[in-house]
Amino acid sequence: MAVEHASERLVELLSRDDALQDQWVDAVAATLGGRISRAELERELTDLYQALTQALGKGGLDWRGEDYSEVRALLVEMSRTRARHGFTPTETAVSVFACKDVLAPTTDSTAEDITAYLQLTRLLDALGLFTIETYARAREEIISAQAEQLLELSTPVVKLWEGVVAVPLVGTLDSARTQVVMEKLLQSLVDSESEHAIIDITGVPAVDTEVAQHLLKTVVAARLMGAECTISGIRPQIAQTLVALGVQFGDIVTKATLADALRHVLHRSGAQQPAAPSTAGGDR
Amino acid sequence: MTGHEVEQEETVPITSNDDVVRARQTVRTYAQQCGLSLVDQTKLVTAASELARNTLVYGGGGRMRCAAVRRAGRVGVHAVFEDRGPGIPDLDLALTDGWTSGGGLGLGLSGARRLVDDFDLHSEPATGTRVSVTKWKR
Repeated sequence: MAVEHASERLVELLSRDDALQDQWVDAVAATLGGRISRAELERELTDLYQALTQALGKGGLDWRGEDYSEVRALLVEMSRTRARHGFTPTETAVSVFACKDVLAPTTDSTAEDITAYLQLTRLLDALGLFTIETYARAREEIISAQAEQLLELSTPVVKLWEGVVAVPLVGTLDSARTQVVMEKLLQSLVDSESEHAIIDITGVPAVDTEVAQHLLKTVVAARLMGAECTISGIRPQIAQTLVALGVQFGDIVTKATLADALRHVLHRSGAQQPAAPSTAGGDR
Repeated sequence: MTGHEVEQEETVPITSNDDVVRARQTVRTYAQQCGLSLVDQTKLVTAASELARNTLVYGGGGRMRCAAVRRAGRVGVHAVFEDRGPGIPDLDLALTDGWTSGGGLGLGLSGARRLVDDFDLHSEPATGTRVSVTKWKR
């Protein structure tokens, strides 16, 4: 009974004065430091204000209810936009919490108004938390999307020579990365009709047994397709560590640098080397 | 492990693959601060990587404590990997090259032992496994 009454009273209070909305926009704009245009903020908050007033009128104070679906949808949209634009959680939630100040009781408020205000505070707290939660979820989505992009970005397959492709690996090589590397490498072997692949691990900070195993698998897969793999970029400290670990690369050719590997591959395939001055001069 | 002074210590929880990377980075930072040579740094970091992954894969997660230590005028980096997993039933077998209970190369534990100066493996069925390693500055 009291609750219903409170929500009715709140609708009255909220629709009483158009200045309330402006106050809200002012309060939010002050915290955002001009990073959102006032017009945009006004549109955002006006929608929210109207949706909130309507929801209060229809659905009382149960923010999880059907009547609040529009309010929630608006909040979801707002927090996603804020998350994407790099606003902090505080800056996002303040848009909701600032609404409290607008209706803050004064000395001449009636007891009834204060009760209504307390109900509103509780409602806005819940909605504020909801906003933060959505914000966090949006951020997580952004992070995982970026991680995926990074995975793609960090594994380029480049053509070094006619029939020779290379994969310069940079960073940590885990199962997911290896999978991407292997797929890309095998596909580019087919696409470029290459018979040689060079996997360069200069940029891999630590080569442990897992990394070694992943490399071995990739090489075996390439071999199954008839391509020969060379692993390059074995630095002195990596070589010593691999020996101590007891990892054996068997008959896989390994080289210290990418240049060595390319020279080896070219030599082996009998490909045309860059013309040396003596042959370029020729007899003719 | 006793007999050394701990100068600075840090704990890294190991519950995901990202934590293995974090553990490795922590160890690398300590190894650099301690002034280990590049080869020794790489050896210790690789050993830490193996042990952290064991903690995660076989121990079901745990934690690593990494510390800068000093003993008899020498400085070094000490790392302890602990889990509350099923433990290792046969230590000698687990330390045999090429033996694995998972799908790995079977060189992680035995290889890690060869990569460090001090290696101490303690495991009891049902209570978990603790591996301590130290690399001293030459």
